[in-house]
Amino acid sequence: MSAVIDVRDLRTHIVTRWGTIKAVDGVSFALGEAETLGLVGESGSGKSMTCLSIVRLVPRPAARIVGGAVLLDGNDLLKKTDDEMQRIRGRTVAMILQDPMSSLNPVFSIGMQMREPLTMYHGLRGRAVLARAAELLASVSIPSPAARLRAFPHQLSGGMRQRVVGAMAIAGPPRLLIADEPTTSLDLTIQAQYLGLLKELQQRHRFAMIFVTHNLGIVARTCDRVAVMYAGRIVEIGPVRRIFAQPAHPYTRALLESIPRFGARRERLAAIAGQPPDLATLAAGCAFAPRCPAAFERCVEAPPETEVVPGHATRCWLHVLP
Amino acid sequence: MSVVAVPERAARPEPRARGRRVPVVSIGIIAVFVLIALLAPLLSPGDPYEQSLRLRFRPPVWEERGSWAHPLGTDRLGRDMLTRIIWGSRVSLAVGALAVLLAGAVGATIGLVAGYYGGRVDAALMRVTDATLSFPVILLALILAVTVGPSFTNVVIAIAVILWARYARVIRGQVLTLMTLDFIAQARIAGAGAWRIITRHLLPNTLNTLVVLVTLQVGYVIIVEASLSFLGAGIPPPTPAWGSMIAEGRDVVTSAWWVSFLPGLAILLVVLAFNLLGDWLRDTLDPKLRQL
Amino acid sequence: MTLLDGRDAPRLPSRALLEVTNLTKHFVVRRGALGWSTGLVRAVDSVSFEIPAGSTLGLVGESGCGKTTTSKLILALEKPTAGSIRFEGRDVSTLGGEGERAYRRSVQAVFQDPFASLDPRMRVGTIVAEPLVINADLDAAGRRRRVAELLDLVGLPERAATLYPHEFSGGQRQRIAIARALALSPKLVVLDEPVSALDVSIRAQILNLLADLQQRLRVSYLFIAHDLAAVAHMSRTIAVMYLGKIVEVGDADAVALAPKHPYTKALFAAALPIDFDRPPDEVTLSGEVPSPLAPPGGCRFHPRCPFAMPHCATQEPVLRPESGRLVACHLY
Repeated sequence: MSAVIDVRDLRTHIVTRWGTIKAVDGVSFALGEAETLGLVGESGSGKSMTCLSIVRLVPRPAARIVGGAVLLDGNDLLKKTDDEMQRIRGRTVAMILQDPMSSLNPVFSIGMQMREPLTMYHGLRGRAVLARAAELLASVSIPSPAARLRAFPHQLSGGMRQRVVGAMAIAGPPRLLIADEPTTSLDLTIQAQYLGLLKELQQRHRFAMIFVTHNLGIVARTCDRVAVMYAGRIVEIGPVRRIFAQPAHPYTRALLESIPRFGARRERLAAIAGQPPDLATLAAGCAFAPRCPAAFERCVEAPPETEVVPGHATRCWLHVLP
Repeated sequence: MSVVAVPERAARPEPRARGRRVPVVSIGIIAVFVLIALLAPLLSPGDPYEQSLRLRFRPPVWEERGSWAHPLGTDRLGRDMLTRIIWGSRVSLAVGALAVLLAGAVGATIGLVAGYYGGRVDAALMRVTDATLSFPVILLALILAVTVGPSFTNVVIAIAVILWARYARVIRGQVLTLMTLDFIAQARIAGAGAWRIITRHLLPNTLNTLVVLVTLQVGYVIIVEASLSFLGAGIPPPTPAWGSMIAEGRDVVTSAWWVSFLPGLAILLVVLAFNLLGDWLRDTLDPKLRQL
Repeated sequence: MTLLDGRDAPRLPSRALLEVTNLTKHFVVRRGALGWSTGLVRAVDSVSFEIPAGSTLGLVGESGCGKTTTSKLILALEKPTAGSIRFEGRDVSTLGGEGERAYRRSVQAVFQDPFASLDPRMRVGTIVAEPLVINADLDAAGRRRRVAELLDLVGLPERAATLYPHEFSGGQRQRIAIARALALSPKLVVLDEPVSALDVSIRAQILNLLADLQQRLRVSYLFIAHDLAAVAHMSRTIAVMYLGKIVEVGDADAVALAPKHPYTKALFAAALPIDFDRPPDEVTLSGEVPSPLAPPGGCRFHPRCPFAMPHCATQEPVLRPESGRLVACHLY
């Protein structure tokens, strides 16, 4: 199956007053149709910047994509002009962000906001726009869709707003959907509903999905593959079940062990020592080494990506045969 | 117990560019005028009140007929312009400083109290503030001048009485935001009373805003004072005040232009300097005020 | 001033440290220019629970359930509309000035946002010492010693006292907040989402710290969080709230692993534990969380309940013992 999205050695740098930060430092992965990749990492890992780089919305002028390729169905997005990117964003590549209140313009009704992409991308006019908008709202299980078109964002609950954002995202329909922590601000039971909805939409429209989150529980339930990021690099990537059962990278292992589980009460959590890295003062070599329980002399050099088994790769000297 | 590493002060190298550059020129101008005002008796070449009808309307030194005895010329009554401008700076800066400090103190207090207590106290105080904001300053000063008579004190009071409202509004807004932050609730949980929360927690966090506001308002106050003096409701003659000096030269603007122009230039320089300094302070201390 | 080390503290009898009975808080909603009252938000409605000394009660629920209001009532930041809070056997509302101050010293809090809970203009030493300045009779040197003691307790060096909050990371700031909360040797600390705003790899550190402190100092916690696994890990008892009422309360393991109330079941199923061997309980709820302004009649959960019966809409269930915990549901 040819890849819908193929990211190759993507590099994005940010210039700050303390020096240049390699926010995305050689990230590569590929996704096929109806496949979901979980992008996991903490603050500073580069997961959000990776997504912004894919759609070329990095905050200029401080941030710049300095290298790599992003192939969407074979076409390199990094080589496109701004106009071409504008036609691709929102239509072929859609994004759902964390805070639905800032994704939706609070002074416009839902109908007016959905009108924009429908008239721009699909050339619909007049009544056809409203009909299509109602259709989209219905497809994300919003009750009384026609009435909802007249509502304003503040009149809807958080879960509803995210559904509206979802409806706008699938209007394309997109080939790739990037969801950046879409459920973090939702209640737990609403979160479960929403994840179910995303899966359903994915089955119907066959888009590839990148799901950014720090919640490994969500990854376990919704993603096919997972990429763990640390300090701008992917330190482990592979099928979800395999990585959760046999994590290759010490960071992944430590993360999985530090998370409280049900029924494992009264035991101390295996905490990871130290703090997430400060990207401005990153030393050469493996970024995780200062906190790694298994660090040794080779770790002063940045480890290459090596295959553990086909489909499961990691960046760690422990897996490089001498 | 493992000791968590704490950042060294200089862990990060010093940032290269710290926002905009310090406005050296503005600070210089203000410093010069402040010095002049403070040292007026020492610096001025002559007596600001000394009249000499023989020396009326002497032009500044760079014109023909001008002389170094009166480098900036003389006015309608033969008084030395340079001396009067130097002495006039005392009035302007004194009024500027006193009025904004008085207004700032009163306004900040009201803003802090209104923001902290909320509810009816807030509503009542804000209604008074709103009423005050809508009152024109010049009108009040004129009324005072007509009823009580013009004087330095009256000018300061008139301006402060109107000006505090703006501070109250802005500080109250800041306090409302601060009140939502957890550290205020934490202070309550620790047992802190209203006085402690207002003085130890709210006030220090609003100081930045206050400093910016005060600086930006000094220029405005100087212009108001000049306007009042121009209209005859400000500092009464013969005390040199830049505003009344402009008024005195009103009739001879085309011939003896320096009588009005030079005090006007002084006002321009000082107000501009304060505004630029205030802008820079705002950008460095409190970017949220950018719309002011 | 009680000693810092819990070993020396007198052993309390098994009577509960905190007893909450029929606690109720209603907020009046006012609209209109003249502030007419147009509605009542029943934020907390007749809630009862106990926290023994040195133990942790976990409080879970979604937005609008009333857990934040409950914590504010216990912290005396709000006054209850009805019901009582008894601390060490004494009714909190009947305490005079001195009693109230003593209560404040005994009940402290750590909040969610590490960036909002520390005054940015004060040094860390001053922040941690503030409860001491207000309440204790220590001189400056005594306070300095105590601050150093507290910072050491939470794993920060003494040097931290001279720095400002912005020089620390989120996890370190929470440590500072914990140090401040322990300054007066409280008997109960309300932890309101103490680790939600922290990176995942730091959360375990802080949770371990809290558990250690509980062991050493015999302090009780009211642990409020939406991370159910963390709550289950830290708590001995869990209470589940929905729209102002407790729907289930009991031993943490029992409630987490074998929930009885349909809402608890849905909640813990949605918590998505990372366990591929357990079949997912697909109890996905339909509908939205109703507004606390107009809670449904009868059992407040019945519109979303997959097991609703006709009389659920008219009769409100009470908490009854079932399988070792209390459940408010007509199914039992």
